[in-house]
Amino acid sequence: MESKVLEHSKASEVFNKDKERVGWHDETLWFVRSKRDKAAHNIPDWELLRSTASNIKHNVLSNMHDYLVEFEKNALANGVHVHWAADAEEHNKIVHGIIAKHGVTRMVKSKSMLTEECHLNDYLAKNGVEVIDTDLGERIVQLRDEPPSHIVLPAIHLKKEDVGETFHIHLGTEKGNKDPQYLTEAARHHLRETFLTRKIALTGVNFAVAQTGEFVVCTNEGNADMGAHLADVHIACMGFEKLIPRREHLGVFLRLLARSATGQPITTYSSHFKKPREGQEMHIVIVDNGRSTQLGREDFRNSLKCIRCGACMNTCPVYRRSGGHSYHNAVAGPIGSILAPNLDMRKNADLPFASTLCGSCSNVCPVKIDIHDQLYKWRQVIVKEGYATTSKKLGMGAMTFTLSNPAIYQTGGKVGRWFMRNIPFVVNNGLNPWFKNREMPEPPKESFREWYLNNKKS
Amino acid sequence: MSSRDKILAKIAQNQPEFSALPDLKGLGNVYESPAQQFKTILEGIGGKVIEFSDWSEIKAFVHEHFDSNARITSTLPELADIAELDWVDNDPHTLENVDFTIIRGHLGVAENSAIWITESLLKQRVSAFIPQYLAIVLEANSLVSSMHEAYTQIGMEEYGFATFLAGPSKTADIEQSLVLGAHGARGLTVFLKV
Repeated sequence: MESKVLEHSKASEVFNKDKERVGWHDETLWFVRSKRDKAAHNIPDWELLRSTASNIKHNVLSNMHDYLVEFEKNALANGVHVHWAADAEEHNKIVHGIIAKHGVTRMVKSKSMLTEECHLNDYLAKNGVEVIDTDLGERIVQLRDEPPSHIVLPAIHLKKEDVGETFHIHLGTEKGNKDPQYLTEAARHHLRETFLTRKIALTGVNFAVAQTGEFVVCTNEGNADMGAHLADVHIACMGFEKLIPRREHLGVFLRLLARSATGQPITTYSSHFKKPREGQEMHIVIVDNGRSTQLGREDFRNSLKCIRCGACMNTCPVYRRSGGHSYHNAVAGPIGSILAPNLDMRKNADLPFASTLCGSCSNVCPVKIDIHDQLYKWRQVIVKEGYATTSKKLGMGAMTFTLSNPAIYQTGGKVGRWFMRNIPFVVNNGLNPWFKNREMPEPPKESFREWYLNNKKS
Repeated sequence: MSSRDKILAKIAQNQPEFSALPDLKGLGNVYESPAQQFKTILEGIGGKVIEFSDWSEIKAFVHEHFDSNARITSTLPELADIAELDWVDNDPHTLENVDFTIIRGHLGVAENSAIWITESLLKQRVSAFIPQYLAIVLEANSLVSSMHEAYTQIGMEEYGFATFLAGPSKTADIEQSLVLGAHGARGLTVFLKV
C-alpha cells in the first residue's frame, strides 16, 4: 500500500463518524436513484433499450481497431487534429504542448473524468497553467482543493452550508448565505467572466461517432458550450471506449444517459461537435491508459462499455454510506472498483472488496455491465496475485485452517457460544467489527451437528 | 513505433471475436399527440410552450416581457422590427450582453422535448447559450415522437456543429436543489407555429 492513501474500509470509518451526515448522504443519493426509476418506468421499451445499448457496445469492443481508424480518418477530414496518448503522462504532455504552442497560461475546462484520471490539473499547475473548472460541482470542489466525490454530482458530499462558506472565502459572497439560488448566481457571474476571457477550452467527450468523426458532449449547465464556442482552441479528451459506430446510435445512448444519471428525459444540451468553427482550432486526444489491457481481460472487458452515468453509485449501499472519496480513485463506486484494479492492482486492491455483492449496480446499469460479478472475480484475481491486505490474508488463513479441521471447528464453535452466553462483553465490544452498528445475535444452545446427533439417538 | 500504432496494435490483439450490431427496430414510443407530450415534458423541465399563428403574437410577447433597453437578437427576418439581425458575422464575444434571442429549430422530439438545431440556424454557435433568455420557433408539424425518429430524419446531414437543446440551463450541484440558469439561458420559450 502506498502511504497516505487510506484503505476503503478505513476511510469509510472516518466518513461514518458523523452519523447524521451519513444518513443525509445516503438519502440524497437514494433520492437520485428514485428519480432514475421513475424516468426508466416511463419508457415502455427501457429493457430493450438497455440490451440494445449493451449489444452496440459489444460490437464496438469487438471492432475497436477499425472503428478507431475510421473515426480518426473522418475527424481529420473534418479539419480536427487527432492525438494519441498511451498513458496519462503522454495525455498531459499533449494537452500542455497545445497550450504552450499558443503561448497561453490560462484554460477553461468542463467536466472530464478522464482528465481527473490523468491528474491533468496538477500537471498543468506544475507547468504554470491555471485551469478553471466550470461545472458548478467541479468548481466547488476545485475551490476547496478536493477531488470530485461522484462522476455526475461532483459535490454531492457537501451541504449548502459548506458551499456557502467556500464561496464566501473565494468568491466574496455574503457570510452565512447558503441559498442555492444565490450561490449559483454568484458562480454564474464568476464563470461568465472566465468563459469570455479564456483562449483555450478543454472538454470531455460522452460519445464519439466513428461514421462521421463527430463527438457529443452532454451538459445541463451549458458550460462545455460556453467554453468551446468562445475559445480559439478547443481540446476534447476521450478514452478510446467512448466510440460508437454510427450517428443513429446516439438515439439509443442519449435516451439512456440522463435518465440513468439523474432521472431527466435528456440533458439540457447534447452538443455535436464535428468541425472547428471558422478560425478555430480543434483537437481530439484519444487516450489508452490501460484500456487496451482491460480489453484483453475476458472477465473484465465489459467494464469498457460504461457511459459514466453514475447509476451504480447512486444505488450502491456501500457507496451511499461511505462517500466517493473513500474509493481514492477518479471514478468511485462499483464501476470505479472494477476499473481501478486495472489501473493499479496494488494500490486499488481494497476496492473490489468495498461491496456487498448485492447486484443492484448490475440491475440499474444502462449498458448491462455485470458489475457485481466482476467485483467478485477481481477479488479472486487480487488474492491469487498476492495483493490482499495482511488482515484479509490472516483471516482467510485462519478460516482455511479451521474449516479443514473438524475437531477444531467443533471446539471453536462451542467455545464461542460459551463466551457469548457467559461473558458477552468479550465479543460485544468495539474490537469486533461484527459488533459495529449492530447487536450480536443470541447464541444458539447447541450447534446443528449436536442437535442432529442428539435427535438421531432418540 | 508511435503511440498511435502501439495502441492500435494492442487493441487489434486484445479485442474479442467480432459481434454483430443489433438493429434498432422496435425502439421508441409513438405518441398519439406529439405536441401534447412535448409540452408536458418541456414544462416538467422548466420550459414553456406558446402556440402561435401570426408573428405579431411573438412581438407582443417581447414587448410584454422586455423593456426598450433590452438587447434582443434574432435570426428571423420576420422579427426585424423588434430584434437585431446583423450580429451574425460579429465576434461571438460581442453577444455577451444579449438579453433575449429568438432562433429557429429544425425539429422537436416529443419523448424528451429536445430541439435539434444545427449551425446553419444558430448562425453563431454560442447564440443559443450566451443570452439570458432564449426562445425557439418550431413548426408544429416538425415534431417527432422519439430520438430514433429524429436521427432517422437527421440522417447523414452535414453540419459543423449541432445540438439537441431541452429546456433552460440548470444545475442541482448544491445539495440537489434545482436552480435554473447555470451558465446558459435562464429560460426557454418554444413558440410552436400552428
